[in-house]
Amino acid sequence: MKVKVVVMPKAAVLDPQGNAVRDAMRHLGMPEVRSVRIGKYMEIDVEGKNGDELESRLHDLCRDLLSNPVIEDYELTKNEEQR
Amino acid sequence: MKFAVVQFPGSNCDQDCIAAINGLDGLHAEYVWHKETSLDDFDAIVLPGGFAYGDYLRCGAIARFSPIMRAVISDAHAGKLVLGTCNGFQVLCEAGLLPGALVRNRSLRFVCDMVTTRVEVDDFPFTQGCPKGTLLRMPVAHGEGCFFADAETLRELNANQQVILRYADSVGRAAPGANPNGSIENIAGICNRERNVFGLMPHPDRASDARLGSVDGARIFRSMMQRINASRAPTVSDRVKQVA
Repeated sequence: MKVKVVVMPKAAVLDPQGNAVRDAMRHLGMPEVRSVRIGKYMEIDVEGKNGDELESRLHDLCRDLLSNPVIEDYELTKNEEQR
Repeated sequence: MKFAVVQFPGSNCDQDCIAAINGLDGLHAEYVWHKETSLDDFDAIVLPGGFAYGDYLRCGAIARFSPIMRAVISDAHAGKLVLGTCNGFQVLCEAGLLPGALVRNRSLRFVCDMVTTRVEVDDFPFTQGCPKGTLLRMPVAHGEGCFFADAETLRELNANQQVILRYADSVGRAAPGANPNGSIENIAGICNRERNVFGLMPHPDRASDARLGSVDGARIFRSMMQRINASRAPTVSDRVKQVA
């Protein structure tokens, strides 16, 4: 089973990295850029077939390890091709 | 009195902590490797600065699952004094022993500087002898020291007097210019509700020797010793037992 996890800073959390990239983009000829938010993208390969049990364990780890719920939100998607 | 200094792979202020604590009369510090599982032999616990597990994923995110952390968490819940400086503060937040989180400095720069912090409370176990308003000069050295907490958590921190240190200028004003990393409300150090777990971004370990420009950090270690001694003052029934 392959899953993708995207972790993004919460809206209320300042993202200075995103702001720096936004400013650079504006500087490089795209003043239209409104905002940039930078997060993390992870590809995870797990032994076993798609299953609710496996998925719920993955969600637990997303909350405990892969993201910090105080400052980040995560989104887990299963790779549909693997079905 | 024995302090534990926990060593994670990537800790780099462990020696500073050991040297600072062992330089004080009445205190003795020993390294405890992160694979250990008990801290029963120690009176207090110090999580040092550094880059535990390379700070991969997030600062402190992986360190919080080290075997020793179970003992740190259970001892903290039992009331033992736990101090986290810099990376140690980040680990305590990740472990849920302290509220909030430490994120990338607003400037995006690693800051390495001597800062002034203002003590915000009276009678705190880690700042005995430093009444509210006392200024403590200590160095900071971090890239992710910007304290963040949501509005609700921040209100609770303030209401419960859990904000212990704020960055301040040389006359003690918590001004924006004195804030090295963009921390919300100039927060430099906080404690848990029970007041026995204290995390701060500045380094008391690097401010415990006059040759390093400040000895204010030593006041924190001494305060811990005082508090532990006070909590151990023999009770009448203990004295009776001794006599018997």
